[in-house]
Formats: sequence, structure tokens, C-alpha cells
Amino acid sequence: MDVAQIEKTVKEIYEQVKSESLEEGDVLINTLHRIQDHFGNFIPPEAAETLAELMDLPLSKIYEVLTFYTMFSTRPRGKYVIRVCESTPCHVTGGKAVVEALKETLGIDFNQTTEDGLFTLEFSSCLGLCGVAPVMMINDMAYGNLTPERVKAIIEELRGGEAE
Amino acid sequence: MSVAVVASTVLICAGGACISAGEKSVKQVFEEKLREFALDSVVQVVETGCMGACNLGPLAVIYPEGIFYQKLTPQAAEEIVVEHLLKGRPVEKYLYKGPAGEIKAKSQEELPFFKRQVKIATRNLGVIDPTDIDEYIGRDGYFALMKVLKEMTPEEVIAEIKSSGLRGRGGAGFPTGLKWELCRKNEADQKFIICNADEGDPGAFMDRSILEGDPHSVLEGMAIGAYAIGASRGFIYVRAEYPLAIERLNIAIEQAREYGFLGENILGTDFSFDIEIRIGAGAFVCGEETALMASIEGERGQPRVKPPYPVQSGLWGKPTVINNVETLANVPPIILKGAQWFASIGTETSKGTKVFALAGKIRNTGLVEVPMGITLRELIYEIGGGIPSGKKLKAVQTGGPSGGCIPAEHLDVRVDYESLKELGTIMGSGGMVVMDEDDCMVDVAKFFLGFTVEESCGKCTPCREGTKVMLDLLEKITSGEGTHEDLEKLKELAQFISEASLCGLGQTAPNPVLSTMRYFWDEYIAHVEEKRCPAKRCKALIRYVIDPQKCVGCTACARVCPVAAITGEIRKPHEIDPEICTRCGSCMEVCRFDAISKVSP
Repeated sequence: MDVAQIEKTVKEIYEQVKSESLEEGDVLINTLHRIQDHFGNFIPPEAAETLAELMDLPLSKIYEVLTFYTMFSTRPRGKYVIRVCESTPCHVTGGKAVVEALKETLGIDFNQTTEDGLFTLEFSSCLGLCGVAPVMMINDMAYGNLTPERVKAIIEELRGGEAE
Repeated sequence: MSVAVVASTVLICAGGACISAGEKSVKQVFEEKLREFALDSVVQVVETGCMGACNLGPLAVIYPEGIFYQKLTPQAAEEIVVEHLLKGRPVEKYLYKGPAGEIKAKSQEELPFFKRQVKIATRNLGVIDPTDIDEYIGRDGYFALMKVLKEMTPEEVIAEIKSSGLRGRGGAGFPTGLKWELCRKNEADQKFIICNADEGDPGAFMDRSILEGDPHSVLEGMAIGAYAIGASRGFIYVRAEYPLAIERLNIAIEQAREYGFLGENILGTDFSFDIEIRIGAGAFVCGEETALMASIEGERGQPRVKPPYPVQSGLWGKPTVINNVETLANVPPIILKGAQWFASIGTETSKGTKVFALAGKIRNTGLVEVPMGITLRELIYEIGGGIPSGKKLKAVQTGGPSGGCIPAEHLDVRVDYESLKELGTIMGSGGMVVMDEDDCMVDVAKFFLGFTVEESCGKCTPCREGTKVMLDLLEKITSGEGTHEDLEKLKELAQFISEASLCGLGQTAPNPVLSTMRYFWDEYIAHVEEKRCPAKRCKALIRYVIDPQKCVGCTACARVCPVAAITGEIRKPHEIDPEICTRCGSCMEVCRFDAISKVSP
């Protein structure tokens, strides 16, 4: 995507968020969420620069905020961001084996993206689904009662869906 | 909502846990099969919020009989339609079964898990469709808001909440009515009410369940609070890890606006109030109220010094009340049924109920709402069903990374704010992680410290540097290198960090260490003096050994070992080389002859 296109998109997103917001001062984090969703799970530097200009803020301010929050990424991530819960309830119910199965099936380690650009593997804080631990989320979908077999099946299904 | 000719209603739990266990495909089969047998006009399928018994999911309750089905699959749904809904015969194999496989009870009310509960904050969970405002209204929803606006002055509302004894359910337990009063007294052109839905304690999920299962009760609670303090704007700060909660809140806000419960001149009065959602971005510290406000303002979510308190100078410098999700969900019933009724439940200083999330080594995981003052033993054994696999309970962790452990000998403690504090832990948001004899308490303390180190925002030194040093010391101890001086240093640091940190996160961060030291000092000593881990959990301090008497030489362990540490001839006892062994435990899992065990040291 060229820079002009990014600038145009960011401007549209920013105007959109501003029009929805009842208060003036709090659009930055909302806008960053939308930008990230739009550009495929990360915030390109050009988008951050454009946003700084639009909001009349120094670029350092944009990065100060976006690097504070773990859910924003400055590096491109896969189409599917897999977030595995690493909290106690998931840990004591077999979370480790699930993590191993994920790494093996995907062939990557944490904070890496598969070569085909499909999957990024990340840790997550508690997802609040402890009743069906171990749990992971793939983008906005949660998957519970995980076992190594189930993890493999889920990944294969997503891969299969992409191949079609 | 068409209820006229409905013969049966299938309530399917669409809480986050059940969805992730496959609820959608079950619902689909229910609907398909009902259509196939032309029952779809007389049997209604409704998706509800979390029913609480998460480990039995996906769940469904069929009314009018109230029959409770568990662990459903698409196949089960088909059978239930054919047998139960068509022929009127409940399908036994999907009913709840006791530990020995006996069929315990049929209806939801008869199950021990539900029998002892008193549902106030979670009154509508699992009963109504959270995406339909009419169903909420059908359960007296927005009646409290109507009563407040038409019959009560803001001062009367505050007085009612004050005399109910409601205290904040997010952790600290500050009296809600008093908070509202303090904010009301501060004159300002603009005030705010914020719902803190940045639930982040590992193992706590009551707020998520309430937001997903009954979002309108939170909106109504906020509107009542806004009227009481004189606010015209409200924010709900939800963590981004809860997309389903965000989706259902958005629907609820939209519907409430449509019906005139939010917006200008609510219910024809001159009270105007509206709510917006703000989404977090993965920072635990944003659950701290000043950090939360910074995040709403579009800043890094870092806390600041208090005072001034938010009721004096909050969001954009305006007086602000911040209430937790569960607290707000309690407000409408208190207004409707009266402070007296609410205050009649619970103990002298802790009124009403509390929602707990049961997790860890407990048979019935999930969400329960019980009167304050219930004993921990009743909670764990009568409602939670005890410890699976016959192991011994060692401790119950409450209050997440800010809390502590309650050892087995204090199981008869009454669960209320003061009693827990006396034992060196806190109520917190209500997460309860049950631990058995296989859990090492030094390791547990290390886990929570690791969490704090990860989530510390870095603004103040005691928390940023201090917790890291504490974690390093715990690492040293669990790897068998610890000394008595390290233990002393840990204690000293703990005290220093809790006194000198800027916000609640740092001030309470040492609690898991202090509490495990208080009750499980012998485990710390065992790690330091004998280089022994009594729970056989700390990898550096254990070895796996094969009992040559029991080993038959089947080679199963040698084949599964990922590092080839096991040697031996077929049909002869094998041996594990401790130098190569990585302590992964795979061999122990595959051994069918019970020949492999862990020893420490």
C-alpha cells in the first residue's frame, strides 16, 4: 500500500472516530484500535505519522501511548493472532501441553509469525474463561477445553479454510 | 418476544465459556431439528448469559420442567429434541451425574451447585436473552431507574444505598453510598460516572459474565448512580480481551437509547445521561482507577498520587465516581426491594452477596453468588464439590496478585471483607483458585510476582525495581540456591514496596509472598535449607526415578522421553539419567505400572 493511500485511510478512520465520540480528548486509543484492525493487526509507521499530524501531536506522543499497551503492535502480525492464556487456572489444567502443541503445529515460537503470514503466536493475560481452561483466543474467537489434539484440529481447519 | 403459544423454552447458555466449548453448533442442531419436526413454533430457543457451571458446558435448561442438561454436543441436541421435546422423555445420559455416576437431580434448582446460591448481581444470568431489552424489562428491568427518577431525590438515592451497606466489589470494599455522597457534594459544571470493567485478576471472571449475560443491569446501575451524583456522561472501560462483552454492551446501549432509558430527558424528566464504551488495550494496571482515567483520556495508563481522589478531581479534572461492574449490578435490586432487604443478607459489616469465580483444583469450576459470611468450607465443598481426584486441599488463593492464600486449617473462616483481611488476604474481585498438595507455595508466590513484574507500569521505582528483585530472589530459592539472608531480604523488600509504591498494584504486590511466608514458612525453609520442594513442583529440586521392583521393562517411558534420558533393555528395569532428564514428566504419565515417581531432593 502506498503512503498516500495510508494517509487517506487514517484520515477517514480518525474523522469517523471523532464523529462517534462524545468527548474530545479521548480519541487516540480508539483510533489506534481501528487503525490496527484495518491494517491487519498492526500499526504501520506511516499511519502513526499521519495520525500525529492530524491530531497535532508530536510523533513521540503517539508512540508513547501505543507502545505502553501490549495489544498494539508496531510490527506486522499474521491474519490470525493467537493469544494463549498463561494464567494459573490454565496452567494447572494442562496449558503447557497446549502451548507445545501450538508451537509444533505452527512451527514458530512466541511473538513470531508464520512464513505464510497467517498466524502470530502470543501470550495473553487471563481471558476470564477459567471454567473451561486451558483457553486461547484467535482474533475475537475464544476456544476452551483445549487439548493438543483439539489445538491441531483448529489450526488445520483455519489453514484449510485459507487454502480454499 | 412471542410467548403466547410457546410450550417449551430451551435456554442455552451463551456465556463466553460455553461458546468456547461449542455452544454454537449445539444451538444450530436444536433449531434445525425443531424445524424438522415442526416444533419450531411452539419451542423457543433462547441464548442466555452465563449459567455459572462452566465446567459442565455447553449447558441448557428446558422449561417449564426446568431440566438441566450438561456437556452437550450436536448429537445430544438431536436426541433431546427427539426424546424430550417431541416425546416428553428427558434424556438421562445428559443430566447431571454425581461423582459415582449416579443421576443426582433433574432440575437446576435441585443441584447442590445452585441450591445454596443467592442471586442478586447475577439474578438474570442464564435466565434472559442479554441481547433483548424486553426480557430485561420483563424481569423488572429499568423499574428501579423509573422509581428513582419519579419518586426519589438524589439525596434519597444516596441515603438508600448508604443504608444498604453496599461496598465496592472490585477489591477494596469502599462503601458505595459514601463514594456517591462525596462526589455529589463537589460542585462542578460536569461530572462523570465510570464503570470499571477492566477485570484482570487471573482467575476472576464475574464481571465478564455479568457484562455478557446481563448488560442492562450495569447500564441501569450507572444511570441511577449518575442521577445520584449529578453526572451527565458515563464511560464503561472494558478490557479488549472481552470482545463478546463489548458486542453485547453495544447492543444494550443502543436498545436503551431507543427505549429512552439513555439520552436526553430520560423517561420524560429533565435528567439526561448517556454512556460510551472505552476499550482497553492490554494493560492490567488500568484497573487502578487513576490509571484507568488516564487511559480514557488517551494517555499511557499510569496511575498518579492520591489525593486528590477521583470524586474530587477525576476524569479531565472533573468529579468522577468509579464503580465496579458487580457493584453497579447490585444497585437496581437495592432500589426496588429496599436497603433493609439487602442489609438483611450477609454479616454485620459485609452486606449482601458476593460473586466468586471458582477455579483451579476444584470439581465444579465456574461462577457462584453466595451470601457474605458463608464459610470457605461450605463454598469449596458444598457448592464447589470439593477437590477432584481425592487429593488434599492445601490452600485457597483469593484476591489475585494483590491477595494471599488461606491455608486448609482456616477453611471455616467466614468469607467477608474483615475476616479475610485478618488472615492476611483480601476479598479482591472474587477470584478463588483452589490449590492441592501438588502445588508448591513458593512457586505460587513466584507466579504472582512474575505477573506483577510483567504488569508494573514502570512509573515508580519501588514497584518497578523492587518487584523484580523479589522475583529474582524467588527464582533463586526455587532453583535451590536460596539462603536465609535471601528470605530476610524478601521480607524487608516486601514491607518497603508496600509502603513506598505509588498505587494499589505496587502496594499489594508483596501480599502473595507475605501470605505464603506466614502460612507455609516451612516450605520456604525446605527450599533453602534442604534444597527440597515438598510439593515436588520446582524442577531444579526434583528428580524422576524408576522403581526397579515395579518396572517391567515395557519401554513406554523410553519411547516417550524427548531427550533420550531413559535407558534399559526390554523386559528389564529401566533407569533415568538425572543429568540428561529435563523433568518434563512425560514418562510418569505413560507408565502403566506406577513405577515412576518424583523425589525431592
